Amino acid sequence: MIDSDVILKVENLSKQYRLGLIGTGTISHDLNRWWNKIKGKEDPYLKIGESNDRSSGANSDYVWALRDINFEVNRGEVLGIIGKNGAGKSTLLKILSRVTSPTLGTIKSNGRIASLLEVGTGFHPEMTGRENVYLNGAILGMTRAEITTKIDEIIEFSGCLRYIDTPVKRYSSGMTVRLAFAVAAHLEPDILVVDEVLAVGDAEFQKKAIGKMQDISKGQGRTVLFVSHNMASVKSLCTKAIVLEHGQVAFAGNVEDSLDYYLNNTMKSSTSLYINEEPNEGSDILEVKVLKKDELADAFGFNESVSVSYKIKVEEEDLSAKLGFKAIDQLERVVFTSNTLLSEVGITNQGTYTIRVAIPNSILLPSHYRLAIGFHIHKKKLIRKLDRLIQFKIEETGSGFETYQKDDMGCVLLDCKWESQNTN
Amino acid sequence: MKDTQDKWLYVISSKHRLIDFNFADIWRYRDLLFLFVKRDIITAYKQTILGPLWYVIQPLFTSVIFTLIFNNLGQIKTGSVDPFLFNLTGITLWNYFKQCLTGTSNTFTKNQNIFGKVYFPRVIMPISVTISNLLKLAIQLLILVGFYIYFLAVQGDDLIFNLIYMWLLPLYVLLMALFGLGIGMLLSAMTTKYRDLTVLVSFGVQLLMYLSAVPYPLSEAKGKFPNLVGKIVEYNPLSQIIEGFRFVVINVGALELNKLIITSIICVSIFLVGLVVFNKTEKSFIDTV
Repeated sequence: MIDSDVILKVENLSKQYRLGLIGTGTISHDLNRWWNKIKGKEDPYLKIGESNDRSSGANSDYVWALRDINFEVNRGEVLGIIGKNGAGKSTLLKILSRVTSPTLGTIKSNGRIASLLEVGTGFHPEMTGRENVYLNGAILGMTRAEITTKIDEIIEFSGCLRYIDTPVKRYSSGMTVRLAFAVAAHLEPDILVVDEVLAVGDAEFQKKAIGKMQDISKGQGRTVLFVSHNMASVKSLCTKAIVLEHGQVAFAGNVEDSLDYYLNNTMKSSTSLYINEEPNEGSDILEVKVLKKDELADAFGFNESVSVSYKIKVEEEDLSAKLGFKAIDQLERVVFTSNTLLSEVGITNQGTYTIRVAIPNSILLPSHYRLAIGFHIHKKKLIRKLDRLIQFKIEETGSGFETYQKDDMGCVLLDCKWESQNTN
Repeated sequence: MKDTQDKWLYVISSKHRLIDFNFADIWRYRDLLFLFVKRDIITAYKQTILGPLWYVIQPLFTSVIFTLIFNNLGQIKTGSVDPFLFNLTGITLWNYFKQCLTGTSNTFTKNQNIFGKVYFPRVIMPISVTISNLLKLAIQLLILVGFYIYFLAVQGDDLIFNLIYMWLLPLYVLLMALFGLGIGMLLSAMTTKYRDLTVLVSFGVQLLMYLSAVPYPLSEAKGKFPNLVGKIVEYNPLSQIIEGFRFVVINVGALELNKLIITSIICVSIFLVGLVVFNKTEKSFIDTV
């Protein structure tokens, strides 16, 4: 045996879903499928179907949520699975955790898979905390004997000792989540599948949960598949990652390269230039550019000012339209808003305007940002909204914050007024 | 990488054999089965005033009503046995079937939340329902024994318990369980996609009772409906089971061994078909439910 020991092998995995509703119409497809099966032919509906692109309209009733997924995981590896909403991450996890089966392809595994897709499954409100620990543990694949040896640890981790013999319906929702996570965290499968559990409980418990996750993946050498939108936790937990895009593996490699690919890739679909190819008859945005001085750019130094230039046309008289944008960071947090509302710029009369706005330098901390732009008649009507089209990156060129990279410092460095006095 | 690893612990594949049970898997989850049964029993009548008394009230009232309608109003003869005891005997076993069927027929739709998140052999769920219903059956059997003694001792009725056939009683319960579970699993598999059947179950069970010789002896049905209806009742495995049960307990009706064998075969087959269909459905029902 070579040093790498494959514990999970996914081959040509595909999953097809039917769009739309199930009703009287579906029975004809079912009959057709059954008839073909009897004749020994392939399912006729497997040939059709489109890749899973949420935004484009569908021509077919079938869609491939996953298509030809191939990857391998070695024992002890922590694999991150990243991708945009609807890229197929959850479907993949569902198949891995055997909740649903693939349409085509196979998964070969050399270990038991347990998933933390959502905690607290099967909790019964009428039963006590202790009874629920047993039931939930058994649902997740533990035996009673295993739970008995761990029950004290689980109760202690949850911090619910006082209420453990009280029915769960008397618990606060936070306590229920804590207890549920405690059970899940004490599972000892060969392969653990984790999806976004970091978002449970209060801040203190989240910290505990993340610590536990790190213990599981690092300390105990467990194989973990980790799905998250939080790039920071993917980066700190995972050793390898795959990027899913429209149900296909777009990139696979070590975690840094994958994150780079993912971030650059979302950049690629949106550039520093937007040209409206089908403008409205009336007023509309024609063009948006991100400029460094007067050149198009998508990467800026921390101490460089980001300028955004809009070209708009106005067809009506007395329009009193407003133009504004939101800056949004990678974690989908809105950083700030700016609007012509408070400025001297007025967009009222017919004509074509070029409006330029400068985001002051040395404020946005190094990261990726995107702009959501709105052109609207104040309090009346939205003329055009552009999102996920314009992006730029602030690079580290001396904010002095690179040492804190692991911590979340927010997005804005504010030049506050600091004063000091020697008071002896 | 060499192909040294052709021995995988398990393989999830899109291709399924028709009969594809993983008994080892079910065995591994036996503790879960136990805990589900425990859960059902603990939580069944939480926050009710009468609690388990409901197990008692329901068959008693049904028997009283049946006695009034079928025996007093409808003049159905039950031999030398008091009609109330006759009805109670049938209803006790029938209730077990009914509860197994209705409890399992919505397995997928009722548990889609939990099934959508974790894997365990799905068949654990309907089996646990069948087992936890045994407790209700036991309580109702106690009532039956109570009334049996009452009619024997206080009323001085001449009741005959066919002691030599007592070994048949667990068999009848088992057959009821298999039949209820089999049909329940079939229905639950079908309701994942087409919900029409859930509507059918609730009143279908009611109708089925009248075709299963519960409120009358099989001989009455054969005598009064010599044609189609009589045949349906006669070949309905449920009437055979109930008739046999009554024969052992209160010596009403007759025991035909060949019919018992046929009934057993039918029950086992229905159970196996249900299991196969259920197993096939569990693989991807979550996409259609």
